This record gives sequence, C-alpha cells and structure tokens, in this order.
Amino acid sequence: MTGAAVSMARHSTFTSVIRVAGDIVSRPSGAIGLFLVVVHLLLAIISPYIAPFDYRDLDPLKMLQQPGPVHWLGNDHLGRDVFSRTLLGGREALLVTGIATPVAVLWGGFTGIFLGLAGGRLDEILMRIVDAFLSLPWILKMLVLIVTFGTGVGVLIPTLAFFYGIPVIRIARAATHDVVARDFVEAARARGHGKLSIIWHELFPNVRDALLVEGAMRWSWMLLAFSSLSFLGFGVSPPTPDWGLMIADARGFMSFAPWGVLGPVIALSSLIIGINLTADALAKALGIDRAQKAPI
Amino acid sequence: MLRMLARRVLLGIVTVFLVSLIIFSGVEILPGDACTAYLEREAQGKLLENCRTELGLDRSASARYLDWASGAVRGDLGVSATGRKSIATLVGDRLKNTLLLAACALVVGIPLALFLGVVSALNRDRPADLIISTLTIFAMTIPEFVTATLLILVFSVWLGWVPGIVLTSAGAPVSEFFPEILLPIAVLAMVMTAHILRTVRSSVIETMASDYVQMAVLKGVPYWQMVFRHVLPNALLPTINVVALTVAWLLGGVVVIETVFNYPGLGRMMIDSISDRDLPVTQAIALIIATVYVAVNLLADLLTMLANPRLRTAQIRH
Amino acid sequence: MSSSRPESANSQTAPLVAIKDLSIGFTGKKGTTLAVLRNIDLQIYAGESVGLVGESGSGKSTLALAAMGYLKRGLRVLNGQACFREDDMFTQTRDQLEQVRGGHIALIPQNSGQSLTPTRRIGRQVAEALRLHSSLPAVQHSSRVVELLEQVRLPDPLTLVNRYPHELSGGQQQRVAIAMALAGEPSVLLLDEPTTGLDVTTQAHILELLSELARQSGMAMVYVSHDLGAIARVCDSVAVMYAGEIVLQGSARQILLDPIHPYARGLLASIPRLKDATLPRALDGRPPAPGETGNACAFAERCALAKPRCTSERPPLQSLASGEAVRCHFYAEAKNLALAGDKQRSARILADTGDATLELKEITISYAKPGLMDQVLGRKPSSTPTVDDINFRLLQGETLGLVGESGSGKSTILKSIAGLLSPLSGDIIWQNEDALPASVEKRSPQQLRRVQIIFQNPDESLNPRQTVAEILAQPLVLYFGLKGAALKARTVELLDRVRLAGHYMDRLPSQLSGGEKQRVAVARAFAAEPDLVLCDEVTSALDVSVQAAVLDLLDDLRRQSHTSYVFVSHDLAVVRALSDRVAVLYQGRLCEIGPAQSVYTHPSHPYTDVLLGAVLEPDPDTTPTLIADDVLELSPPDRGCAFQRRCPMSLGEQCNTQTPPWQHSENGHAIRCHLPLFNTSPLKH
Repeated sequence: MTGAAVSMARHSTFTSVIRVAGDIVSRPSGAIGLFLVVVHLLLAIISPYIAPFDYRDLDPLKMLQQPGPVHWLGNDHLGRDVFSRTLLGGREALLVTGIATPVAVLWGGFTGIFLGLAGGRLDEILMRIVDAFLSLPWILKMLVLIVTFGTGVGVLIPTLAFFYGIPVIRIARAATHDVVARDFVEAARARGHGKLSIIWHELFPNVRDALLVEGAMRWSWMLLAFSSLSFLGFGVSPPTPDWGLMIADARGFMSFAPWGVLGPVIALSSLIIGINLTADALAKALGIDRAQKAPI
Repeated sequence: MLRMLARRVLLGIVTVFLVSLIIFSGVEILPGDACTAYLEREAQGKLLENCRTELGLDRSASARYLDWASGAVRGDLGVSATGRKSIATLVGDRLKNTLLLAACALVVGIPLALFLGVVSALNRDRPADLIISTLTIFAMTIPEFVTATLLILVFSVWLGWVPGIVLTSAGAPVSEFFPEILLPIAVLAMVMTAHILRTVRSSVIETMASDYVQMAVLKGVPYWQMVFRHVLPNALLPTINVVALTVAWLLGGVVVIETVFNYPGLGRMMIDSISDRDLPVTQAIALIIATVYVAVNLLADLLTMLANPRLRTAQIRH
Repeated sequence: MSSSRPESANSQTAPLVAIKDLSIGFTGKKGTTLAVLRNIDLQIYAGESVGLVGESGSGKSTLALAAMGYLKRGLRVLNGQACFREDDMFTQTRDQLEQVRGGHIALIPQNSGQSLTPTRRIGRQVAEALRLHSSLPAVQHSSRVVELLEQVRLPDPLTLVNRYPHELSGGQQQRVAIAMALAGEPSVLLLDEPTTGLDVTTQAHILELLSELARQSGMAMVYVSHDLGAIARVCDSVAVMYAGEIVLQGSARQILLDPIHPYARGLLASIPRLKDATLPRALDGRPPAPGETGNACAFAERCALAKPRCTSERPPLQSLASGEAVRCHFYAEAKNLALAGDKQRSARILADTGDATLELKEITISYAKPGLMDQVLGRKPSSTPTVDDINFRLLQGETLGLVGESGSGKSTILKSIAGLLSPLSGDIIWQNEDALPASVEKRSPQQLRRVQIIFQNPDESLNPRQTVAEILAQPLVLYFGLKGAALKARTVELLDRVRLAGHYMDRLPSQLSGGEKQRVAVARAFAAEPDLVLCDEVTSALDVSVQAAVLDLLDDLRRQSHTSYVFVSHDLAVVRALSDRVAVLYQGRLCEIGPAQSVYTHPSHPYTDVLLGAVLEPDPDTTPTLIADDVLELSPPDRGCAFQRRCPMSLGEQCNTQTPPWQHSENGHAIRCHLPLFNTSPLKH
C-alpha cells in the first residue's frame, strides 16, 4: 500500500475513533459508563500514592470499628483501614483482566475469522470442540487449573485468556460468516487474493467492531469471574486487598458491622456497570446490537 | 425437519462425547490421581501401588476411559476417592436440589422477563423503558455474590424476614427448603430475568420495525391485536434459544450462589470435590452439567423448530 | 385529478383523498428541520387511477403512507393536511384511523414477502381484514377468503389458506396482499411499487389483474412506482415527484409522450427501449438531499435549461390551460430537450474471425451440495443440474447479453467463468488455448487478471471499511505491484476514466451515491486491464437516470480497451442497449442465441417471445402480450425441453421427452426447439 493510502487509512481510523468516542459520550448512559471506567483506571494507577493508610497495617484496637473521620469506611476484622483497601482493591483485578482480555479477544478473534473463512472439515471439528468447552461451566474449568497450578497472576492471566477466548471464536466466526457471504469477499477471491490477504484487508476491518464490543463484554465478565474466584477464596492471596476477598471476609461480620461490605460492593459494582454501560454505548455507536447475545 | 432434528441430536451426542474426552484427558494431565487424593500424605510406595491396582489405575488410559465412559452411559459414575461411596448416590440429592433452585428461578423469572421485556419495548425510550432498562443493567452486571450479600444484609440482617443461610441437609425433602431457598431463588431469578428481558426487548423492538407489523397497522389492526397476533409470535421465537443458553449458563454459575447461601446443591459439591481433589466426583459432575447444557440447547432447538413455521413446514422457495 | 382539472368538472363531487400543502420532515443531526416532502397538493377522485412517479428518495412512498395518516419513525408533519373525505388523517384518533386503514384506504405494499406476518397462515391473514372491515357475518368469512383468493387468480385457494407466506412465490405473495387489500372493499387502493422485484412475466400478469380490478370495482388507485413502464399500463394521470416535490402533473399520455418538465424529459430519455439499440441518455448529477435546495429549484443543478433565476427563486406549481401543472420557470423551453437517447453504441464486431476470447463448452453446474449424511456415506447427490449444456463463444471486443428470469442460472454461469463456482463438467476455453482451471485457486495470476467481474449491488461488492483508494489499490498491487506515487497516479487515472474526480480517493463507499459506487466498482475491474469483464446485473440496483450513465461508461470503456463483456441482466431493454449478441436462458438451459438485432426483431424460441411480450414499455401505445402462465418452476424437468411446462406452442410428447435440437440460421441466430426456426412465434399468427 502506498504512503498516501496508509496515511489516508490512518486519517479515517483516527477520525472514526473520535466520532465513536463522541457518540458514546453523547448518550447519558455512555458518558456515565465511560466516566466510571476512567475513574477506576486512574485510581488503579494512583491509589498507592493517595491511599491514607497502609493496606497491611493491622490494629487490633480498631477491629470492626465504625466509619469515622479518620477511617472513612471503618476498619475490618483485623483492624485494617477499609477505605485504603477499597481504593487499592481493584488493582490486581484490573491488571489481570486488562492483560487477559485483549489476549483472549485476539486469539479467539483470529481463530474465529480463520475458521469462518476456511470452513470445511477443520472448521466442523474445531467448532465441536469449542461447543464441548462451552458446555462445561467456567468455574469448573478455571478452578481445576487454579487448584493445580496455584493462584498467582502468572496462572490467572493465561487461564482467563484461554477460556475466555473460546466463546470469542464463535462470535468472530459468526461475524465472519456474515461478511464472507458478501460480494466484496467474492470479488477478492475472484481477483485471486490469498487467504491471509482476504482476512487482513476484507474480513478483519469488518469484524473488528464486533470484536471490540465483544472485548468490552469479555472484560466485564472476566472481572466478574475474577472477583467471584477471589470471593470463593481461589483468587488473590491475602493480605493483598481485593474486592471479592474483602466482601467474603466482611460477610461474616455483616450482622454487626455491615459497613465492611459496602465499600468493596460499591467499588466493584460501579466498575462493572461502568464497563457495561460503555460497551452498550459502544455497540450502539458502532451499530451493533449486543442484546441478542447470551452470556456465554 | 426430521433430518434437521436428527442432525441436531447427532451433533449433541458428538458434543457430549467430546466433553467426556476433554474431561478425562484434562484429569489425566493433572498431577495426582484418585489414590493420591485418597491416601493424601501416605501416597507412596507399596500403599500407593496397591491402591492403584485396586482401582484399576495401572491400566492404560484408553482402557480406563472406555471403562469410565461405558459406566457413565449406564448411569454408573464410579466411586468417590474420598470415602469410596457411589458417586451416583452422592450426586443424586445434590442434582435434585440444584434443579429445584433452577426450576423455581425459571418459574419466577421467565414470565417476569417476558412481561417486563414487552412492556419495555412497547414503551421504547419512555420512562417505563428507561427504568426497566437501567434496572436490567444493574441486575445483569453486578456479581451474584454481591447481590446475594446485599439481599442477605437487607432481608435477613436488617428486616429479619427470611433466613440468610440454608441449614437444611442435602437429603431433606423439598418442602423443608422453604423459606430458606427464597433468597437464593431471588438472586438467581434476578440475573436470569435480566438476561432474558434484554433479548425480549430488542427482539420486540426489531419486530415492531418490520414490514409486516407496519402492514398490520395499515390494515387497521387494533393495537393490542397487533401486539399479540403479529408481534409477539415472531418476536418471542429467538428468545427460546437465549432462555436455553441463559439457563445452561446459570447452572454452571449457580456455584457461587450455592456457596454464598450454603445451599447443598451440585455446584457446591463441585467446589468441594475440586478442593479435595476428588477427581472421580469432579469428572462426574462436569459430565452431568455438560450433558444438561447440551440437552437444554437441544430442547430449545426443538421448540424453535416447532414454533417456527419456516422450519416446521417443507421449504418450497429457496 | 389535481388542481390541473377545470374547477367546474369536479365542483359537485368532492375528492376522496385531498393532500393540502403537505410538508413532512425530520430533525437532522444538527437540530435543523429537514423536509422530505414539500408543499404537496394532490386530489384523488373516485374511480381515478393516479401514478406517483419518482426515483429513490423522491418521497413518493412517504406521500402514499401519509395519505393513510402513517409516518415512519422520526418523521413529522411540518405543514398542511392529508384528508380522507374532509377529515385530516393526522388529527384522527387511533380508533378512527383503524376504521379508515384497510377499510376505506387499503395498501398493497412493495415487498409482500416481508409484509405478510411469517407466523400466520394465509387464510387467517386475509380473514383478519374481513373481520375488521367487512359487514359480512363471521360464518361467511372463510368462503369469502377463498373467493378473494380466486379473484386474484391464485391457484388452488382451498389449500393455499393453510399455507404460510414463505411457502409462496413472490408473485403469489403479491396476489395474497392484493386479496387482503380487496377484503375491506376500500374506495382507495394505494399501491407502493407492487411489482418491483418480480420477474417480467409475473409483473405483467399482476398489472393486468390490477387494472382489471380497478375497472370492475371503480376503486381509486394510487400507483407509486419508479417504473414508467408499469405506470403506462395502469394510470390515467401521473404526478412526477423530484426531491420531495411534485414537479409535473397531467394525463399519463401527455407525460409519457411529451412532458414539459426538464426532469421528466430527462427521465424518459434515460430509459432504454426495446425498440432501438441506442444508448439511453444519462441525467448528470444527483438529486439534492433533504434540506439542500433552500430557495432554489430542486432540479436546477442538473437542469440543461437552468438560468440564474432557477437558483434564486423556487418555482411554484403552475396550472396550465392544457390541464397540466408544472413546477418550472421555463417550461415552455423544455420541449426543446430531446426525449430519447441518440447516441449510437460503439461499433460492433459481428464477423467471427475465429479469435474467440472465451468459449464455453458443455458447461454443467449443480448447486446441490452433499448433505451431512451423504458425506458420511460417501454418496453423490443425484439431481437434475441447475445449469446444463451451455455452449457459446465470445469474440474479442464483443458484448454478449445473457437474459433470463430469476433462477435461470445466468449469474451461476458468470460465477463459473470467474472461477468462483466449479462446474460439474465442461470446459472454459480461453483465447482458443487450453481450458481455464475451474477454480480461482488453480488459475495463474495472468489468467486471473484477464477476467474481472462486476457485481449487481455496489453496497455489497465494495468493502465498506476501505477508502476508494484502498479499493482500487487491491488489484493494482496484486497484479502490477504498484507502489507509492505510481499507485497514486494510476488510481487518479482510473477514477478519471470512470468520470470521478481525484478527491474521491479518500472517501468511503458510504460517502458516495449509488451511481458513484458502481463506477468505483467498474474502475476496480478495469484496474486489472482485463480482456473480459463479467457484468452481473450491474445496473439493477440503480435508478434509471443513473443506470444510463453506467451503461454509457461501460460502452466507452469497451471502445477504448477492446474488452469483451458478458452482460447478465433480467432487463431486456438494458441488454438491448449494450449487447452485440444475446443469449436467452430458461431454467439453466440456453433457448436462443444470436445477434441482438435478429433476436429482438425476430424472436424465434417461444420463451423469448413470452419474455419480450411481457416487457413493459413506458409508452401508452404498447401493451404487453401475455402468453404463458406465470407459474413458478422449482427445478428444470428431467428430460425434454426446459420450457415444456409453460410453452404455449408445446407439441406434447415430443417436447416432454426429447431434448430439442439446435437449429441455426445463416446469420448466427440459433434456437433450441422442436419447432422450425422463425416459425415458432404465437404472435405471428
């Protein structure tokens, strides 16, 4: 491709990014969603510098203390500052899912596009395997690996990326099927372009939007999975603060210290709702209806 | 249509077969086996060898797979590693409890989802729709354990209306689960309703914009007749599959809810078996859940075929 | 109709429908109000049939729906009224509207396939209209439904009532929609492009049915169409719409033969005719988008007569003594504009010098794919092939027109030439050399470059995510390895050849009009410098005035580069305008082939006769001849002649069992029929 063509493509990509972002913000729900996501991302970066207390500081005298002017959200059962821990509690989750999501979407996406184009026996066989994987509950698949290999970031990222990439194959393949049937792909085939060229020039640009929206949704589901695992005790290891784990810990004392759950509950919910609102607005801005999709 | 049906059944069987292969080989690859789990720290030397001979673990992998798979087809899921009990008996009650939970949630959730989804779509972009849609997003996205925690906090801790935890044992008759089961049902139904509602809403909106609904309006069909005769029969078709997928997904996701409420269902048993490394039990539960998933989807396909005249009648035009 | 009538003639009878100074619009992105209909005045009297003519986007369908008080989502009334018997439909209550719709004013929609509720049986849908609007007692409804279906000449109505819409052919669905509209015994029938998308023979039959119904029942009909040929068949008077305005009103005869508005004349000149082989004349430019015209005449930008006054003052609709009404400052001068294309096609090559570009030998194609069980059992599907025994030669620089109705296999043949669909058997010979490999994967880059294909709908054939430069770069990089400045220069050159400015390079397809998009698709094909271009219904998705420009462009390009075309179309007039030779297909079998002149003037195969007879010409003095029934054939017969089931000249046993022989005349005209050549036409008796 020429320099001119490339710069033109860049130009149009850039303007379309601006246009889509503008479209998202122009909807109230999209603006709220994007705001929540941005705030959470910022907090994840700067929270170590602004957290008023060390998340590890135990203080037996302040066990389950009520919220007050010093400890805004009170203290947990070990006397640690809930506010500081809430501020820091999303970092691990965002790190893990922030890496695993793009990896999942990319590997699942390209596999799906390839299968959608190739078709035939290979497609038939691999899709059966994908179906088989999808019919197993996510938590079982995750837990088996985590119990065997441990709960570190080094295990969680590839595990999440692998299992969450599998449904992406299906989405990308279906999106590709919609595109492959269109005449411009026929035209490229008739000209004699190779499979890779067709994937790159004709298919990917048209499947990209569906994958973007899919990625945003995968992200929110991955966060859900991550915090559920933490909650069940299979996620991050203490004393690292994590919302899921904090909720699990505070639940036992809920009858007399209900404030312990509120901080992490609000933090976690606002992030996931933010991502979903953004994903919804993104889908509308890109002209894709995501409501039809089931949560697999 | 019979051909299509036969094809779907065949594919379902292939999928279950593949699942069994994946489960079996997954467990093969993992370090440790039933004997290391049973013997725990004593798993070495003669003792381990004896145990393996006894359980037949010293045979080739393919022989053991055939043994396991043929047993499963006959309903014999083997014995658990910890405690050496028949898995079929162990799982039976738990499966019943989980199905009870799911069924109750469905009975509440599906009519609610249909009603609210249609109301929301017919009042598109008006206050009723905005309220329903916003609540849907909340119900759909907030993790189950968060919803469960909040519900326990409000209805059990503060108001004291219902118990926040299930204390009934796994084998108890259905009636004894009430009212303890109410909160778990509420959480499960909420998530499910939200997912189905969204599909119903967008499907109804799409149908309302179709040429045939415009034609019905221009034919002078009164509003509610139009909704019930022209819109809903078409709009609800695609939701059948989504209901199935949601149900199947929730059967897997019910694990968290069962743990939160200490509900003696299949999901909690699965977690326990994984923690205990009781691989035969894990395998059995995985196979059961996967089979239910495939069966529910198959049922949905069948229902869609029956409800959709395009699939039901022979195709004349191509 | 209309204000154009002398007041006295209709002073006693009030119009059924009266549109009064109606403007309809929507709120644009920037918050401004954009009008899609502007100051429409129209009266429809009992028993009248009025045609509303215009190209896509002219607002004709919006106007028809507005007469029923219906607006599409987002539209609103800006000004004026749409009255039915004095009541403004836009102020009626829901109950009142439900009474009028279907009862007094009934609609026959454009696409009946999509306008019938897919989950309801035909009988129930028709009965619903009866239940809502008829005074008949409920017990008689089912017999009345059958009666109605018979009235619209549907075969076997008793079984049909239990069918679902998808089980019917397009023509049958359209008839059901007509029956449904008749059920309410309306006084006004609105027809929104009722025959668009149907095959020519079906179209002619439906129109005949409609005009007969109108004659019998005395209903007023409003016939909305882009197709002047259809209008000429059924309408007494015509209103021509352009950019949301009525620009010309008058009797159908006057408007079809000698209209006084420049746009109407341009439109007529852009329609290709069966009778002559000249290229139609294109209307340059494109209609303005809503809100673009401001205070000018909407047509000023494209008008050959435009003067400064036209861009500063919007012309009013003036009623003339002749009975016409026209929206033009200088209508008196319009008669100077030519009414037909006068440009002769570029020189044709008729002598067979033996230099064939392409030769098809006994091509047979089957669409039947082996099913899952067939794959497992290793069976081969056994069915009559979709396309069978196709033989023809294509000379260098020659255009071969391939005509036939939907399902005739014409696009299938193109795909197999392009290598996208492998034939079951037969050879594709290239320039008297060896056979081309059947699939693209096995063809050499040179073989691929020489054959290019242009598809029907540029919205489908252009990648919506690529700019025009990127689209054109695909073949240029692939075949010639062009880079940098050379690529850019060549891109500009190609755009220039298809009469597009260089700055179109960085536009996306969505930023182009339909005609511009198709020109980009043409440029992409010619970027490969091909010897053969396969044109698959390349003008069917375009408006007539735009179609003419594309035809003209294709002819120019052929002259410049001596390219051969295989030109596939269902539109016989378009094929006539461009082709040197014509081949007629029925059910995947060739019926007739020969020089265009000869085939069009002396059609010899009964099917060609049927096809030509059914063509609707925009001329009130021609009438289509309906010979064969418009039955739907699902698959070709196993043996004998492909046309045996519908042939009006069938010899019976012989036609049904023996494959007819090819009969050749001296000038290269050949038919495949048991009847003797040039003696087969039922019209000639």
